[in-house]
Amino acid sequence: MSRLTERFAERMAAKSSALVTYLVAGDPTPEVTVPAMHALARAGSDVIELGIPFSDPEAEGADIQAGCERALMHKVRLLDVLDMVVAFRKQDARTAVVLMGYLNSVEAMGQQRFADAAAEAGVDGVILVNLPPEEADELRQALASRGVDLIFLLAPTTTDERAQHILARASGFVYYVSLKGPTGSANLDVEGVRKRLDQLRTMTALPLAVGFGIRDGVTARAVAGFADGVVVGSALVRRMGELAAEPAAIPAAAAAFAAELRAAMDAA
Amino acid sequence: MSREEVMSREQTQQSNLEAAAGMVSFADYNFPDERGHFGRFGGRFVAETLTHALDDLDRVYRTLKADPAFQRRIDRDLAEFVGRPSPLYLAERMTRELGGAKIYLKREDLNHTGAHKVNNTIGQALLAQHMGKRRIIAETGAGQHGVASATVAARLGMECVVYMGAEDVERQSLNVYRMKLLGARVVPVQSGSRTLKDALNEAMRDWVTNVDDTHYIIGTVAGPHPYPALVRDFQAVIGRETREQCLVAEGRLPDVLVACVGGGSNALGLFHPFIRDAGVRMVGVEAGGDGLATGRHAAPLCAGVPGVLHGNRTYLMEDEDGQIISTHSISAGLDYPGVGPEHAFLKDLGRAEYVAVTDDEALRAFHHLTRTEGIMPALETSHAIAWVMEHAPKMDSEQIIVVNLSGRGDKDILTVARHDGIEL
Repeated sequence: MSRLTERFAERMAAKSSALVTYLVAGDPTPEVTVPAMHALARAGSDVIELGIPFSDPEAEGADIQAGCERALMHKVRLLDVLDMVVAFRKQDARTAVVLMGYLNSVEAMGQQRFADAAAEAGVDGVILVNLPPEEADELRQALASRGVDLIFLLAPTTTDERAQHILARASGFVYYVSLKGPTGSANLDVEGVRKRLDQLRTMTALPLAVGFGIRDGVTARAVAGFADGVVVGSALVRRMGELAAEPAAIPAAAAAFAAELRAAMDAA
Repeated sequence: MSREEVMSREQTQQSNLEAAAGMVSFADYNFPDERGHFGRFGGRFVAETLTHALDDLDRVYRTLKADPAFQRRIDRDLAEFVGRPSPLYLAERMTRELGGAKIYLKREDLNHTGAHKVNNTIGQALLAQHMGKRRIIAETGAGQHGVASATVAARLGMECVVYMGAEDVERQSLNVYRMKLLGARVVPVQSGSRTLKDALNEAMRDWVTNVDDTHYIIGTVAGPHPYPALVRDFQAVIGRETREQCLVAEGRLPDVLVACVGGGSNALGLFHPFIRDAGVRMVGVEAGGDGLATGRHAAPLCAGVPGVLHGNRTYLMEDEDGQIISTHSISAGLDYPGVGPEHAFLKDLGRAEYVAVTDDEALRAFHHLTRTEGIMPALETSHAIAWVMEHAPKMDSEQIIVVNLSGRGDKDILTVARHDGIEL
């Protein structure tokens, strides 16, 4: 059983939801990332999404965009991101790690080379925001052959027919985009998301995680009531950005925020 | 090697390329495929939220493309609002001074709003109206596409928001004011390199948020499928007219077509109706900036590598880690790190050739055309003129060059003055 499957299964068995946290690798400095990942894991994050900084993150809102720019000031490369996973894995074999980014970063490295390197580093899944399943066969197979899941997103605008098509290719978990907008938007419609997730459950046995627009304990708790996983990204990245001048304080701040989310979710 | 051997080798190379593209010959050229691929280029690489809107757009466009009433509406707008057909003008004095090939200018600068961009915005605004969208967004570099979008939005009574890199807002202040006069809201984009690519990112973010009531008018032959084909089709009126006009004036097709290439919409509009005519040479001129060797340019076809950006796979300017690198051109409209996927395909096929011209050469061409013909070209267009200045003298006087005079240069006079050290 993969780490992703285990982490979701554990929480689901406990009638709870997995906490998925997102940070940009190298933001605000490369030294902060691995300690911040450990801090998030200790505070109850089951899955860590590590953003691959990209110059043109067209699906991200202002917070994650700024995080990418901070990381790129340090010229953080995909190879560096993979090294961070290697470093993290030396002390944590339990927390699932998912790389999240844009296709061009992977293509520049080469799809097979990336799949090999990701698997060897201890990566469990990959999300590429701008890689639809229609264009993904080659990478999906390359990753699958190394035991790494390619995770797809479903959106409020995804039709049932298309959802079937995507779910037939999905593995690891399904990332449901809760709203129309870039990451970190404010217009979350909890009731609408609940209804859609109920429908999706009839179409797949994979865990359903919900992301975009979950910013605090209140929204995390509301979504945790029906989702298998709750993804928090922009709100964490913004907090990390606010501490860019004192990076030593970041792991503790990240942990405090994750603990707040975890507590709210466990009360759901 | 004998001339025959060279020719036969060239023929073999061409048929190999055609075979690789699944064609018997260029006479069978018919791209993109169902999912927007031009060979290995193009496609649709977007966030899932947008897929539905792109499917809708594709479906509606296919239907309307085959609808004679819709086509008549576009033709009428192009005639009465834009002022088409645009003339194919023989530049007699320039031809004489350069002393070589006969030079014709396809006068897209005479279109309403002063550039070829309006051919596309007319079509897309009618599509948007048909789909019941009340709001239009656009990205713009030089501001020409922004002005053309604001213009059609004003005419149809639609809300219009134009995203423009903050650096471009500064260097194209006249067009910014024109858009505001037309009732559009211009949003300066501060992220990234503060130019056209960042404006595109921001427009995508707007669209993903407001996809229900908003149509995104992409201004060039790039972006996710169906945009590259759709924009090309709306711009192909340039090439269709040129073909007829050249046959009337000269009794034959031109030898060479020349156009500047940023995203590549004016070039593809001119080229596309000639792709199957293997004897017509096609030259796309990219922005060489300070020179290709300096790295400070915007010439992905000349000096880039294939990658994925803004919804399609194409040639890009990127570093070894796939990060998009900052481009440079004196012309805001060419200052873009990517290019339409069909150009990438035509380059690989060897059907069109792509070259680069520096800022200085473009400026020289700007002055030359202004002084010899009384026509002030846009700085974008000046890149194509610069190629003509270099190559026309080497050609035979029986040969014909058609250059797409894609836009007028009034918007650029502050930039030209500054470059020439003149305070206005």
